[in-house]
Amino acid sequence: MDFVVSALDYLLGIPIFGWGYQVGFVYKGLLFLVGLLIFTAYILLADRKVWAAVQVRRGPNVVGPFGLLQSFADLLKFVFKEPVIPASADKAVFLLAPLVTSILALSAWVVIPLDAGWALANINVGVLYIFAISSLGVYGIIMAGWASNSKYAFLGALRSAAQMVSYEVSIGLVIITVLLCVGSLNLTHIVFAQQQGGIAHMLGVPWLSFLNWFWLPLFPMFVIFFISALAETNRPPFDLPEAESELVAGFMVEYSSTPYLLFMLGEYIAIQLMCAMMTILFLGGWSAPIDLPPFTWIPGSVWFVLKLCLVFFMFAMVKAFVPRYRYDQLMRIGWKVFLPISLLMVIAVAFVLQLTGWGWHGGAV
Amino acid sequence: MTLPLFFFYVFSVIAVASALMVIASRNPVHSVLFLILTFVNASGLFMLAGAEFLALILIVVYVGAVAVLFLFVTMMLDVDFAEMRSGLLQYAPIGIVVGAIILLELLLVAGSFALAPEVTAIAMVPAPDGIENTRALGQLLYTRYVFLFQGAGAVLLVAMIGAIVLTLRHKTGVKRQDVFHQTGRSRAEGVELVKVKSGQGL
Repeated sequence: MDFVVSALDYLLGIPIFGWGYQVGFVYKGLLFLVGLLIFTAYILLADRKVWAAVQVRRGPNVVGPFGLLQSFADLLKFVFKEPVIPASADKAVFLLAPLVTSILALSAWVVIPLDAGWALANINVGVLYIFAISSLGVYGIIMAGWASNSKYAFLGALRSAAQMVSYEVSIGLVIITVLLCVGSLNLTHIVFAQQQGGIAHMLGVPWLSFLNWFWLPLFPMFVIFFISALAETNRPPFDLPEAESELVAGFMVEYSSTPYLLFMLGEYIAIQLMCAMMTILFLGGWSAPIDLPPFTWIPGSVWFVLKLCLVFFMFAMVKAFVPRYRYDQLMRIGWKVFLPISLLMVIAVAFVLQLTGWGWHGGAV
Repeated sequence: MTLPLFFFYVFSVIAVASALMVIASRNPVHSVLFLILTFVNASGLFMLAGAEFLALILIVVYVGAVAVLFLFVTMMLDVDFAEMRSGLLQYAPIGIVVGAIILLELLLVAGSFALAPEVTAIAMVPAPDGIENTRALGQLLYTRYVFLFQGAGAVLLVAMIGAIVLTLRHKTGVKRQDVFHQTGRSRAEGVELVKVKSGQGL
């Protein structure tokens, strides 16, 4: 019985009424999940508003003031429609695919630290965990394409799977360069490394902490990671998986109502995850850009969300003004441009770190 | 029973059950999906054993890359189930004989399996105290056995290049697109200004 008590305390403990010793993981998880989903609703709205503004339109502005409730109206619309399952589809796999996509996208967020010590699970291999989860994301797409039993969906799935697998390689190599500079796979340590050393410290102006962050010394990697993140999350200009206008929505062509909603949800959660990864790896996570009083009064989690929004704004602007890539050029840029550059950078960064002794060794024993 | 033990049973029961389903399910794509479930549960077991790096690498390499290729191949296969079942009785005895021999060999090996005494002393420790096992593995592979490890990598690289060379065919007369050539076109060579007289055309 001992283990049942300790498990219940871990999951459902409420320290206030004497029911346990710690705040239950379920409550923390639920709070985080609800916050993330509401944030997603507004990120989606912001995406559409930015897109509209670039095209000198108004965007969604009918539901609620300034269209603020548009995403919730869309949610209701999706949920109350009838899910159509094709007659010859493999029913179980067909319904499993959107669940796999959205649950995997959500589960990666468990290791993201919004502030020092704010990660739901502060594990030592956080980066690897996120990489593993995002490499699983390809299954949702393949399963959806195969189970639909339709040529359009199947070809769309092959296309998207090839794209995601290719860009994962360069994302992995970019992450390796950051890890070389940090010496730890823990996401919290990556942010600590950017606070405690870097170019601003070398220049003797440690309060200009935005110069400390890895975006400056690893600028080419920053650019490659941004573009690969666009391709990995199927954002325009690499949105060939869906390409509504010419390729009839790729692997999602047979999906409707809630299963389709789950795909879109998974996609937007994955986009935010990539924004959060860029914030942590290159933009100093929760640290303030200038280490002086008016900036340091703002809590770290606010800085984190602000940086996440900045990166997402770049994602949205790219969507608005870059034309869609041709598929062979997409593959060419992934394998023939990004892969060699990031491979060379891994070697160059390793050499520089070995010769100069720079880098953060706080994680070392 | 402790919490890790409970999760050990959960993971191992799912792993064994899905491994059974790999050979039991009719549809080969379902088999591969169950195989993936087995891999994920095996990585959960690694995680419980304290080998978190191995667990996640198992997912990244086997599930994220190798199993995707399996899935691609099996999805492309045009399997005729009626034909597959027709030879069952004919091949079953051979299969049973082969299976029995392998089972016997496994039992023999498992029966005489023993660890050397100096190994047993450290066998239970996944990593030295105070060192996370990513770092421990790194020290082993990249510091102590760096030349062996890089040699193994070079062998794999050569094998990969060999496979590519064997299957690569250069066709002549294929129109290829050269991106630098395409984007490097100037206005002078791309556009020609022509004066067309009315009623004549070009």
